[in-house]
Amino acid sequence: MPDATLSQSAFLTLSGISKRYAGVRALEGVDFACERGKIHAVLGENGAGKSTLIKIIAGVVQPDTGTMRLGGHDVTFATPSAANAAGVVCIFQELSLMPDLSVADNISIASPPRRFGLIDARAQRRRAEELLAEIGCEDVNPLMRVRDLPLSRRQVVEIAKALGKKPQLLILDEATSALTSADVEKVYAMLARLKAEGVAILYISHRMHEVEALADRASVFRNGRHIETFDQGRRSTADIVQLMIGRDIATQYPPKPARGSTKPVLTIENLSWDKRLDRISLRVGAGEIIGLGGLDGQGQKSLLLALFGVLRGVSGQITVEGRGVRPGSPAAAKSVGIALVPEDRKTEGLMLPMSISDNLVIASLDAISTGPLVDRARETDAIKRAIARLQIKIGAPGDAVATLSGGNQQKVVLAKWLMTDPKLILLNDPTRGIDVGTKQELYRLMRELADQGAAILFYSTDYDELIGCCDRVAIMYDGRIVRELEGDELTETNIIASALNIDAATPDTSGAVHA
Amino acid sequence: MLDDVAIRIRQNIGIVTAVLLFSILYLLYNLAHPKGFSSAVLVQNGDEIFALAMLAMAQTVPVLASGLDLSVGAVMTMVGCFASYLLTGAAGGSPLHLEIFGLHLGLGIFPGGVSGILLGIVICLATGALAGFVNGCVVVYGRIQPIIATLATGAVYIGIALFLRPTPGGKIDEDLNWALTNSLGDFAATVHIFDDGGAGWFAPVAWIPVPFVLLVLIALLVWVPFRRSVLGRAVYAVGSAEGAAYMSGLPIERAKIAAFTLAGFFAGCGGLFLAIQTSSGNADIPQAGAYTLNSIASVVIGGTSLLGGTGSAIGSIFGAMVLRVISFFFRIFDIAPLLQPLFEGLILLAAVSIGALGVLRVKNTLELFR
Repeated sequence: MPDATLSQSAFLTLSGISKRYAGVRALEGVDFACERGKIHAVLGENGAGKSTLIKIIAGVVQPDTGTMRLGGHDVTFATPSAANAAGVVCIFQELSLMPDLSVADNISIASPPRRFGLIDARAQRRRAEELLAEIGCEDVNPLMRVRDLPLSRRQVVEIAKALGKKPQLLILDEATSALTSADVEKVYAMLARLKAEGVAILYISHRMHEVEALADRASVFRNGRHIETFDQGRRSTADIVQLMIGRDIATQYPPKPARGSTKPVLTIENLSWDKRLDRISLRVGAGEIIGLGGLDGQGQKSLLLALFGVLRGVSGQITVEGRGVRPGSPAAAKSVGIALVPEDRKTEGLMLPMSISDNLVIASLDAISTGPLVDRARETDAIKRAIARLQIKIGAPGDAVATLSGGNQQKVVLAKWLMTDPKLILLNDPTRGIDVGTKQELYRLMRELADQGAAILFYSTDYDELIGCCDRVAIMYDGRIVRELEGDELTETNIIASALNIDAATPDTSGAVHA
Repeated sequence: MLDDVAIRIRQNIGIVTAVLLFSILYLLYNLAHPKGFSSAVLVQNGDEIFALAMLAMAQTVPVLASGLDLSVGAVMTMVGCFASYLLTGAAGGSPLHLEIFGLHLGLGIFPGGVSGILLGIVICLATGALAGFVNGCVVVYGRIQPIIATLATGAVYIGIALFLRPTPGGKIDEDLNWALTNSLGDFAATVHIFDDGGAGWFAPVAWIPVPFVLLVLIALLVWVPFRRSVLGRAVYAVGSAEGAAYMSGLPIERAKIAAFTLAGFFAGCGGLFLAIQTSSGNADIPQAGAYTLNSIASVVIGGTSLLGGTGSAIGSIFGAMVLRVISFFFRIFDIAPLLQPLFEGLILLAAVSIGALGVLRVKNTLELFR
């Protein structure tokens, strides 16, 4: 088998890299190389060792054994700034922005332009404007605080910040997962430009179509080992997925059952809020998975938050199982049987330093308590069942939830809400930054819950996912539902056309119909 | 451009509120005061405000890096005790000696005269900065939470102050006291510049109290450059998201040490002035505690978040002034002194609540927790 790892023209070469965390193997004897002017995808499930690999290259952690050569010289990076100085720049999945500082401050944080030894605010602002223009995002005002920007804009700022460091080796770790599709195009263009300039690019993504569209070469990792490196096109997607998980995947999405009319669990009529939600009417029946689609930031997240009692000043009617409700807080929403898996699992979904078991029972303490006291036996039992039901991979239930991988953390969030026995489950982009294997488990679980009679409202930025999972997809545009797609209408072409609020005059039958 | 202005105002709403609140309160105070709008009243107020304003600035820097400094009052007290030995200005210098563990050590004679006073001031300020530097090192290298680290070091500093001045005493050069606690005119007359303050061009500014001039100078020459330095930026970054600051390659350890050192320096300025103003050194423990707590209150009123990352020492100066003006009112309205803490507390509560009014306008309640 030809292995590109041993290429002579490599810019970065890793040989025999191993790393253990507290006795747990993260990387084992990894040999890896990448070249200038190439986009090199790094693939693998969560826990495959990709993050550790990147952290070693970027100077965040030091390898236990092995050597690293960059541009023909042996290097060791003690800190991220040492890596930056050598031209190795990483855009991390966990944003490295300071929320209270302005966009301009953040972009130039490491080496701001100076006059007389002090930071030159004007020059810094110009620099921010130039860099943002370079990725086609002039709409971000450099004076704004990062805290006041939506997630997708923050990621744009993160990319601008990395560009400002003049990278020789640029690493993108799920850097497009929160971007809108329009921004993704701009980032692709930027990557193509950098590639032409001879920058080496490492690209980590769980979105296979991104990898297909971008990468010149790909390396697959599994269980801390480098499995295979191959040029783009030499392996099919199915092959790659199998390399990643080491087992066959029969179907990507669970089959959708045919069903007639079901009794409605959720009915929304003329729901409006603060100019951002405009007279929304929607009906979700028992056993249905209804998708929310459209471009990012068209009100999908606000709609979920409104239903969950987070927003103030909501008008219109919400009916859950025939009873009119108007939840004023998440606690009230919970009491009428609504659950929400929030956008940011690290801050809104979990108490990271608390244990897995504490996180699991935190929303359903009433159910396992006698009077004011938590019944330990019932608690242990409930935790055991939840872990088994969602197949959460854990060390011990007493470990901090922060020690879990992203996919397993998301499972904990979901398990926490399933314990409350919800009638209506709201999901806000639950598969963001999660590996293929866990994604499929989540899809299967969603369908299972629906079959048991729950109603699911599912927002996703991934059109493929909407088509594969949902019985019906409501496309939102500018705070309104512009179209509902069902059955054969559910194609990528139709979703995109509706998302852009263009009338697709004739339904495009050539678009792939996923089942 | 209008956009930019709007963004800036929104981001500095805390400071704007503090400035407005102070302006209104101080205007009312002067209207109610029989000798309102006079240089004499201004001078007296300046003297009363200065030390707290410095302590408020001191507290701001560690708070920006999301750590509280409970030792600022202690550093102030300790530096004041040092000053009461070093700023006597006696013509022949003053002998220093140390009695410890039964030993009697002569430390030579500290020089007197103007050069001696200047040297004494430098030593006092350096002592403050050193105390802050020690705080910073304990926090960074001892990996101890700031609140508990400075609680301990604060007790040490008070201990040193008590050791230096078991009972109030000492002496400060009288000319120094006069020059720094009155108007610019008196300052010029004391140090014999500008024709003893009689120069024609000098007349329009002669009424300005020296403490206000010192405050503005320290803010402009120390705070503003610090804020615009890379280290100052790093302090804000650490307070906003320490992990992100580390990942961005910022010198976070140096930033924290710098924050505490600067706090020590500002607290030292406050202690120096307090000693000069009272012409003595006094290891007053309740006073040190009260100043520390008031410095935290000033920081909050001045619009700095106790979570770190946002705010400014300038806001804290106004916060301190708001707090002081409140107590000025007691003098003119003749309220029983025993009721003062009660009223001060209620007004403080009201002032802080103004800053929280924004909560009522939030339409997405999730934003309250970010």
